[in-house]
Amino acid sequence: MAAAVLALSALGLSLVFGVMRVVNVAHGEFFMLGAMLAWWTAKMVPGGPLAGFMAALVVAPAAVGFLAFLTERLLLRRIKYDPEATIVATIGLLFVIQQLALSLFGADAKPVAAPFTYRIAFPWFGYSGYKLFVVVASVFILVGVWWVLARTRYGLIMRVTQFDRETATAFGIPVNTVYSAVFVAGAALVAVAAVLIVPIQQAHYLMGLDPLLMSFIVVIIGGLGSIKGSVIAALIIGMADGIISVFFSPTLASIIATLAVALVLVVRPQGLFGVTAR
Amino acid sequence: MLDIRDIDCFYGAAQVLRAFALKLEAGEILCLLGRNGAGKTTALKAIMGLVPPKSGQILFDGTDLGKLAAHQVPRLGIGYVPQGRRLFSELTVIENLRIGLMTRNSGPQVLDRALAVFPLLKERLGQRAGTMSGGEQQMLAMARALCIDPKVLLLDEPTEGLMPAMIARIRQSVIDLKAQGVTTILVEQRVDAVLPVADRVAFVENGRVTATVAVGELKASRQMIDRYVGVGT
Ligand SMILES: Nc1ncnc2c1ncn2[C@@H]1O[C@H](COP(=O)(O)OP(=O)(O)OP(=O)(O)O)[C@@H](O)[C@H]1O
Ligand SMILES: [Mg+2]
Repeated sequence: MAAAVLALSALGLSLVFGVMRVVNVAHGEFFMLGAMLAWWTAKMVPGGPLAGFMAALVVAPAAVGFLAFLTERLLLRRIKYDPEATIVATIGLLFVIQQLALSLFGADAKPVAAPFTYRIAFPWFGYSGYKLFVVVASVFILVGVWWVLARTRYGLIMRVTQFDRETATAFGIPVNTVYSAVFVAGAALVAVAAVLIVPIQQAHYLMGLDPLLMSFIVVIIGGLGSIKGSVIAALIIGMADGIISVFFSPTLASIIATLAVALVLVVRPQGLFGVTAR
Repeated sequence: MLDIRDIDCFYGAAQVLRAFALKLEAGEILCLLGRNGAGKTTALKAIMGLVPPKSGQILFDGTDLGKLAAHQVPRLGIGYVPQGRRLFSELTVIENLRIGLMTRNSGPQVLDRALAVFPLLKERLGQRAGTMSGGEQQMLAMARALCIDPKVLLLDEPTEGLMPAMIARIRQSVIDLKAQGVTTILVEQRVDAVLPVADRVAFVENGRVTATVAVGELKASRQMIDRYVGVGT
């Protein structure tokens, strides 16, 4: 189940990597911050779990997006998106955010109530309606992002910027603005993923590692730099994992995901949709 | 129309343009002629703001292009056809053209006009740009720049690597565009490539314009060609 959400966070990472060619190592910390903010918002907003959840869906992506905006302006732009420097800088950011979260929120795990507790009764067992909602919502968002990329003017601008930033500039595309928007969008996506997951898995200041690793897996399977590949890989992994966890067991889902990565790397080292170096 | 005043351009520490100066008159085809590495491409990139000059000015209808962000330059109506075409090869023909149309929010009539210059593209709108032949790709690169509805077109070695029949077609389209009032800077390495189309020729050597002459003078005097271009080109 969790993988549907992790697929969403992977999409954030791969958007950023795909367009800007940099790896944001602090991506998982954006996830953790989103979860912490979801908990905080739920606590602050009166009117029950549903109101808190709805508020968190606005607050968490907005706040994390703003932090990403500052990161892009003050950090990435300064080092000119140099791939190695970005890795080092975002590793630093990872620890800063982690320690900040620790001192602000503490080291204990923070539970958040699900917005609704309806249980779906299958003939042979019951299943949490919220978990199913999360899977459906994640798939919905993934398809939405794919639609934006493939079918809209903004998607075209992003693909063009990814492909050749100099020529994009020569056709009036403000590449820096595109970078800024993509970085913020990637962070907002991962924050939404965190808001979705936090009623299932408690918020904790060290929770960022899992989504970071999973995101790398998705990006590798999809093909480094291929946004479309990442979206599709995220969809496949998210759905397969969701279905397998619902009907069989989460452990089996993890095993299968790991095997899939190994298989892809053996058969197609460049990823499903990657191209070998141009 | 376009007035380049003594610009100096660098790649890192290496100076490539030295007090490069050039004046472009409305409606003409001005050719930049020079050898490998003379700085022709860099001059066009300087105009586009892609290699910002360290000193000097580039005035376009009175606007100092050096004061603008690079992405604002094409929005003034400068269409760029880069050396090697630089198409978005994974995109379709129509998507490439749409990028050009978006630059200045050109209307459908601009697309129609660009396709009228290169009718062949009309049947290929859904094809991936990278799968077309070199000549077709060159047409697309030019059509993409025309979709800006440009006042000035910068053409960097448009016939490089093409077959002779295709070279003639590309050259004809440059002449057709002039008839439609498009002002053009055409970069070429070979003098025989510019004589049939140019109004004036600027010789570029070592990052400098060493001379600018009317094409009539050039045609009249073979010695002149030899003097500026050297024997054998
Ligand atoms: N990106 C770059 N970084 C460093 N040096 C460069 C770069 N691009 C070009 N140069 C150097 O600048 C000089 C001028 O290059 P430029 O491309 O402007 O020449 P050109 O006249 O267009 O040549 P050609 O006819 O081969 O296209 C050359 O010496 C080249 O090696
Ligand atoms: Mg050149």
